[in-house]
Amino acid sequence: MTSVIALSGIGKAYRQYAAPSQRLVEWMSLGRVTRHRLRWVLRDITLNVHAGEAVAIVGANGAGKSTLLKLITGTTQPTAGRVAVLGRVAALLELGIGFHPDATGRDNVLMAGQLLGYSAAEILARMPEIEAFAEIGDYLDLPLRTYSSGMHVRLAFSAATAFRPDVLIVDEALAVGDAYFQHKSFARIREFKAAGTTLLFVSHSAAIVKSICDRAVLLDGGVLVRDGSPDDVIDYYHARVASQTLRYEMADTAVDAGVRSGDRRASVVNAGFVNASGTPVEAIRSGDRVTLRVHAKASTRIADLTVGFVIRDVLGNDVFGTNTYHLEKRRFGVAQDEEFVCEFAFRSLALGVGHYQVSIALHSDMTHISGNYDWWDRAVTFEVIPGAGVHSIGVASLDVGCRVAPVSAPVERVAAQ
Amino acid sequence: MGMARSLWNFRGFVRASVARELRLRYAGSVLGALWQIVSPLAMIVIYTVVFSQLMRARLPGSDDPRAYAIFVCCGLLAWTMFAEILTRSQMMFIDNANLLKKASFPRSCIPTIVVASALANFAVVYGVFLVLLALFGHWPGWPVLGAWVPILLFALLAFGIGVFLGIVHVFFRDVAQVLGIVLQVWFWITPIVYPIEQLPRAFQAWIAVNPVTPIVVALQTTFVRHAWPHWSTLAWPAALATALLLASLAAFRRQSPWIVDEL
Repeated sequence: MTSVIALSGIGKAYRQYAAPSQRLVEWMSLGRVTRHRLRWVLRDITLNVHAGEAVAIVGANGAGKSTLLKLITGTTQPTAGRVAVLGRVAALLELGIGFHPDATGRDNVLMAGQLLGYSAAEILARMPEIEAFAEIGDYLDLPLRTYSSGMHVRLAFSAATAFRPDVLIVDEALAVGDAYFQHKSFARIREFKAAGTTLLFVSHSAAIVKSICDRAVLLDGGVLVRDGSPDDVIDYYHARVASQTLRYEMADTAVDAGVRSGDRRASVVNAGFVNASGTPVEAIRSGDRVTLRVHAKASTRIADLTVGFVIRDVLGNDVFGTNTYHLEKRRFGVAQDEEFVCEFAFRSLALGVGHYQVSIALHSDMTHISGNYDWWDRAVTFEVIPGAGVHSIGVASLDVGCRVAPVSAPVERVAAQ
Repeated sequence: MGMARSLWNFRGFVRASVARELRLRYAGSVLGALWQIVSPLAMIVIYTVVFSQLMRARLPGSDDPRAYAIFVCCGLLAWTMFAEILTRSQMMFIDNANLLKKASFPRSCIPTIVVASALANFAVVYGVFLVLLALFGHWPGWPVLGAWVPILLFALLAFGIGVFLGIVHVFFRDVAQVLGIVLQVWFWITPIVYPIEQLPRAFQAWIAVNPVTPIVVALQTTFVRHAWPHWSTLAWPAALATALLLASLAAFRRQSPWIVDEL
């Protein structure tokens, strides 16, 4: 099989100068003096991607994923090694490149297409399809500045994918827009893939990677550390890197900071999910059987202790919460310096795909208002990835079935005009 | 050669960018593209009124009241194009930073768009100038056909210098300050508002070293004296423009990966 993308020993370094004048010294010496340090962001990357493969690039922020995509796209040149890409490459490094706010949507589509190297005639021939896919109606002939951000994304994506490229490079650009359009754009990407387009995908979402890609590579600190099946690489990534990254990203998106309050007469030592065999997990398949285990300690004797939790989505909305009082209908007591474990067992974690956080509370009454011992926001972060169930959107993964059948009495139809 | 071919493949993008720039310049204004004509017209009228009528400036050896205005205008209009290319060139890579970082297209499109849109602007201004000359009975006759040579040389010279400025500006932001001063000095050491003959002999030789001088003088010869320019005088700016163009394209090819990294 031939490689569509062949990277051999790629390295990328940026020159760093202590001051702009240092560069001038270097220029004046015509290369005899070196006053810069090289800051390597990618080192010795060798990667071959075959025609029709869909490869995900995963890694923490700053691991070099975007730089790698830029090298393959050709917007930046490698410091070492060789990049070879066959065929027409379309890169969605950012949606709406070349768009001007004062020009109309139609003009901007023409411009974006020509920036990809297509002729005006070719783009005009595709205009009806671009228009239909974007679904922005009459806005197409209005200046871009009158668009909502959603319309902007719709038009930009439609324009960028109007022609099926040989290689499609996508850098998280699709994590925007409404759910309906996101779904539509993934459908188009899948279509491209089915028609033979080679895909290169950067994403933080394990769900997207597992559902679209058939191979994944892991970058860590500018080095390619793993290359294999998405399941394999993502699990490895989660085990090795994600524990920090995931928390970091959560902190980024959460509305409030990870506050911890309470008088600490009892406090949480640690908390987290474990799977059926007792192994800690941070990525859970939707519908899996898991247990939330809270390890806590009392510093004095407490007669009435309640342990509670609430699961929130990335936006901070409460998804589900309860406590030991509601579950057991009793409070329990602990002795001074006693350590204990409280386990909440989920027979099926019926959450939709996405990132979640868990806040844990230790308090004295059935609510946490009186006698707050320890209240820990975002004590646990985890990701729900697609499980065996049906594809769905939203935070809940409900058990649902369907039946389609003709109505027994025919419905009278309005005659077509 | 590769540069020329990839540029040709993206001619649609270049053409569309130039058209968009011309269109958007007056977007939202009532008169729209008419401003393209009104502003050079105003400039020409102002110079004519101020110099010919108010100051009663006369060219040596001529008592035509409009001759001096024509003299100033033909040099000034061309200089304006030259200065526009230079000022836009020094910003071109910085202004298009996002495009350069995120889209893959021939980098040579950027300077080409700058020069093409400056030339397109100039074509309109030049057209207005020619119409006025014809209306007021100062049509230069056949020599007007030769005027494109100094004009194109002027643009080529600006292109060569502009690419250098654009590259250097990415690395050293001092260029903008320097260029402002240089352009002022350069304007006054070029015989645009004064005839070269009025300078003391010693100065005339120095001013002639300025590569812009023969270009401006050639235009003045065409439009004021209605004669063909002395082609041999244009050899020096032509040679310099060609050398600068080749050197700047070589520098551009060498530096363009670093430009993207620095932006």
